[in-house]
Amino acid sequence: MSTIDKKQAEEFIESVITQYEEKTYKDRKTHIEVVEPGQEKCAVKSNRKSRPGVITMRGCAYAGAKGVVWGPIKDIINVSHGPVGCGQYSWSSRRNYYNGTTGVDSFGTMQFTSDFQEKDIVFGGDAMLRELLREANQLFPLNRGLSVLSECPIGLIGDDIEAVSREISKEIGKPVIPCRCEGFRGVSQSLGHHIANDTIRDWIYEKDLEGQKFEKGPYDVALIGDYNIGGDIWSSRKILEDMGLNLVAQSTGDSTFSELANVAQAKVVLIHCYRSMNYISRYIEEKYNVPWLEFNFFGPTQIIKSMRKIAEMFDDKIKEKTEKVIAEKYQPYFDKIVSKFKPRLEGKKAMLFVGGLRPRHTMPAFHDLGVEIMLTGYEFAHGDDYQRTLEYVNETTIIVDDMSEFEMDNFLEKYKPDLFGSGIKEKYQTQKSGIPFRQMHSWDYSGPYHGVEGFAVFARDMDMAINGSVWKNIKAPWKA
Amino acid sequence: MGKLRQIAFYGKGGIGKSTTSQNTISALAEMGKKIMIVGCDPKADSTRLILHSKAQATIMELAAEKGSVEDLELDEVLKEGFLGVKCVESGGPEPGVGCAGRGVITAINFLEEEGAYEDELDFVSYDVLGDVVCGGFAMPIREGKAQEIYIVASGEMMAMYAANNISKGILKYANSGGVRLAGLICNERKTDREDELISELARRINTQRIHFVPRDNVVQHAELRRMTVIEYDSKCKQADEYRALANKINDNKMFNIPTPLTMDELEGLLMEFGIIQEDDAEVGKAKNA
Repeated sequence: MSTIDKKQAEEFIESVITQYEEKTYKDRKTHIEVVEPGQEKCAVKSNRKSRPGVITMRGCAYAGAKGVVWGPIKDIINVSHGPVGCGQYSWSSRRNYYNGTTGVDSFGTMQFTSDFQEKDIVFGGDAMLRELLREANQLFPLNRGLSVLSECPIGLIGDDIEAVSREISKEIGKPVIPCRCEGFRGVSQSLGHHIANDTIRDWIYEKDLEGQKFEKGPYDVALIGDYNIGGDIWSSRKILEDMGLNLVAQSTGDSTFSELANVAQAKVVLIHCYRSMNYISRYIEEKYNVPWLEFNFFGPTQIIKSMRKIAEMFDDKIKEKTEKVIAEKYQPYFDKIVSKFKPRLEGKKAMLFVGGLRPRHTMPAFHDLGVEIMLTGYEFAHGDDYQRTLEYVNETTIIVDDMSEFEMDNFLEKYKPDLFGSGIKEKYQTQKSGIPFRQMHSWDYSGPYHGVEGFAVFARDMDMAINGSVWKNIKAPWKA
Repeated sequence: MGKLRQIAFYGKGGIGKSTTSQNTISALAEMGKKIMIVGCDPKADSTRLILHSKAQATIMELAAEKGSVEDLELDEVLKEGFLGVKCVESGGPEPGVGCAGRGVITAINFLEEEGAYEDELDFVSYDVLGDVVCGGFAMPIREGKAQEIYIVASGEMMAMYAANNISKGILKYANSGGVRLAGLICNERKTDREDELISELARRINTQRIHFVPRDNVVQHAELRRMTVIEYDSKCKQADEYRALANKINDNKMFNIPTPLTMDELEGLLMEFGIIQEDDAEVGKAKNA
């Protein structure tokens, strides 16, 4: 049974978006669709410029390149090149956990910026960048390389960060990677992912940089597109190891530079976040002839399905081991969690609006707990993501691309979900309207949500949010 | 002492803006006017003839040296030259790096904040490089800055093209900031029917040809000595030409919103004067073809 009635929902959507001025109305109409389970094509338009006047939830190319792809690599120094704000306000906000000693061999939670001043804009920042890279390398000699992530002004004044990077790389004997991720490029953070992938291609693989040597085996896999938010990748790699696979590289969560270079040395590249790292997967397949496989480690159904899909790439030994670990270890564990939380969550309704992957990836985990999804959508997904979403649609669902805060308010008011999962900007607005909320970018300072143990945390957190009594016990002061 | 008049000289690169403006300003200074020149060109050569040397300390260079523009004092960058004319240069990067436009914005903001305009001045004159290529070089014509723009032009097609483009920039800010086109100065290049042509262009873009400055080698002689003609040879004929221009600027009342031409209209004008042929067959055809 679906809560959403397609015809009624369409009428409601129309009544919301007709409040926009005409051009915005016409544009937004193409970004929203009500889909049915089993539907074969999703017609939602995506990856287009947001309309002026709406409050979009999107980020910028710098956010995509620095915050998502390059930022988590722990043993390189990521320099936010430009005025101080971009680096400062994105400092450590993604919760990419890592092992290592910060300031000695790891730099993940440190903020390096060239702190551009007026004079640097006028006279150019190349000389200062050169000095900065030398100095950073001298102060933190155990770094394995540096990246230069350019902010908007760098692109405007035409600084030659490539030339500086080449020069300093030669001088210090370490990779220095210039990444032209100026925030004004593209329509969202998605282009930043693409640009970052291209720099990995051009400055690591095209230059044939090598990682640490290791003894190669038949079961070597690389895990990419997992950013280890709240420890996700640690939870995910346990499953792969339980299956008998040998994880030779993980990127970019808790990743070393060497691992990033070694991704191409695996037998199979396993990709979790398709949206942010499919570009490099395709390239690695083309250049090194290493196949890549998408998988989903959220919730019992998808974890087991993905394990079997991955095992299919290997011999019987792996397949047998996979079945054995599912039957003896995972299934009983999942059953225990589901039996504890499903009775508390069955029939609850949720809305999800996140980046470019998680809405579809977490839907089945909600379904495993009996939670229905009424609405979902992405900030910066592309057509292939919406197409992939249909596979996970269990009931009539509203799909919204690049949802504005205005639309969000209207959907929340109309459908009053038991839970809304989205980002920090949406959190307090939602909670003030009395609707339980979980941040689905940062796991709301919890996690991991990936993998087997991640599911236990996920189920507990969702129960805590949905059934938390705080929402029943507070009264609006004007209603008291 | 009247109200402060802020004027600016624009025009195609190499047309003689700096030379014309410094000579004219010297003539104004002779008349007893108190003047400040604000050079808005990274080359910092807008005050060379007044100071007898290239400005040693530009705003941006000193700011870079000291760390930031907030660390600067006005008297470190404001120099007095010939007849007490005050000179300041925005300065900026070497060609090919950084952002010269931002330098102009920063420099002018600095001058305003430091009260450079509050002094007893009759004229502030901005000398701006080449074309209005970006927002930075339009800074002097934005709100509260130069109110009268003089475009230095000659009978060459590209100089007229640039003059027309600059008037487009003026038009853009005319309504928001009140800037007006005050006249075209024809700096002779000895092209065909030069004065007539510039006078006609001026009429069509709704302004005047304020003065025709004939070509005279004495300007070169003075320039080589880093002097204006007024100072180098104050009795010569050319000095009187600049005095005439200075008088006209001082008495000028014709401040109009320009009506820039389209490219077709501009070409049409050149055809009327026989500078280019009406026949399309000539276009793209080499002389010996």
